[in-house]
Amino acid sequence: MALNVALVSPTQQVWSGEASFVSARTTEGDLGVLPGHAPLFGVLVDGAVSIKGTDGTTQEFTVRGGFLSVSNDRVSILTESVG
Amino acid sequence: MGAQLRVYRRRMRSVKATKKITKAMELISASRIVKAQQRVTASTPYANELTRAVSAVATYSSTNHPLTTPHENPRRAAILIISADRGMAGAYSTNAIKEGERLAALLRERGLQVSNFLVGRKAVNYYKFRNREMAGTWTGFSDNPTYENAKEVADSLLSAFLSDSTDSNGVDEIHIIFTQFKSMLTQEATAKRMIPLEVVESSAPVPTGLLPMYEFEPNAGEVLNALLPRYIEARIFNAMLQSAASEHAARRRAMKSATDNAEDLIKSLTRLANAARQAEITQEISEIVGGADALASASAGSE
Repeated sequence: MALNVALVSPTQQVWSGEASFVSARTTEGDLGVLPGHAPLFGVLVDGAVSIKGTDGTTQEFTVRGGFLSVSNDRVSILTESVG
Repeated sequence: MGAQLRVYRRRMRSVKATKKITKAMELISASRIVKAQQRVTASTPYANELTRAVSAVATYSSTNHPLTTPHENPRRAAILIISADRGMAGAYSTNAIKEGERLAALLRERGLQVSNFLVGRKAVNYYKFRNREMAGTWTGFSDNPTYENAKEVADSLLSAFLSDSTDSNGVDEIHIIFTQFKSMLTQEATAKRMIPLEVVESSAPVPTGLLPMYEFEPNAGEVLNALLPRYIEARIFNAMLQSAASEHAARRRAMKSATDNAEDLIKSLTRLANAARQAEITQEISEIVGGADALASASAGSE
């Protein structure tokens, strides 16, 4: 099982694909998502989002605010801008 | 060269010069439509994800947020009209402005006061000429809007919404008028209510019955507070991008018909000029023949 991840900004889809682990920082603190996570909706603060792909590579993005939603192994990260 | 012929030639030159300009504008617009369309497509994933998120939150939280629940006794509504900065686009701006008038009449019937927020020089000039009050105006980016532009507009609309409607600039409802880009050939001025939310509005059908029970972090109210301004921004941004694409398409069509008309005009002027030239030649011949005849008969009489 893998997570289906999409990182999108208003002007473009920054990254999308399969991943085994996603971590991001919400207003409550750091948060990690593994396959099978319960449906969740979180508000992100400025910080790093890291996505560990199924092929073992890790992608790091710096986001400026945004949202993270998880449902049925589908993770979407919405952010205003990606640094 | 006769006077008639000279007039025709002068008119043909001027029409030809105009045709060159309209042809160039047509080609420029044609190339920009594609870019504008790509920007609309690029912004869709974000808009779709946000719509999903907002529908999920709105459905699964019982919080009564002012952005989702209609005001019990609305007094004032805001209309945001997105028009063009430049003309030469046929009825593009006029259609949007007319749609605005229609919506304003509808709102007044409901007993609401209307405050106008205008994007694009054409709408601003229309309202300025009629000495109407404008709550906010933005110009200079109609054919290539950025997210920052949309944010600016959204900020001012939201602050009007969040201030009390009993004072002069607060509003209870926000409507938007933009030109939907349906295809290269069809664009339609559309009015939509933005606040209170009509959440069921997205190109992708919202999955029914599949929306999961979400955990909210930190809590549903906070999430809505953070989410809805972004949602409004994304809606306005999408509307602006679609309007920009529509503007280019409308301009291309208007310039194409202008070029065609110029061609027809040149054709008929060429015919007229040819006829005038021929008439001139005929007249000269008959004058020469007549002159020769007169000379011949004069010299015949003297002998």
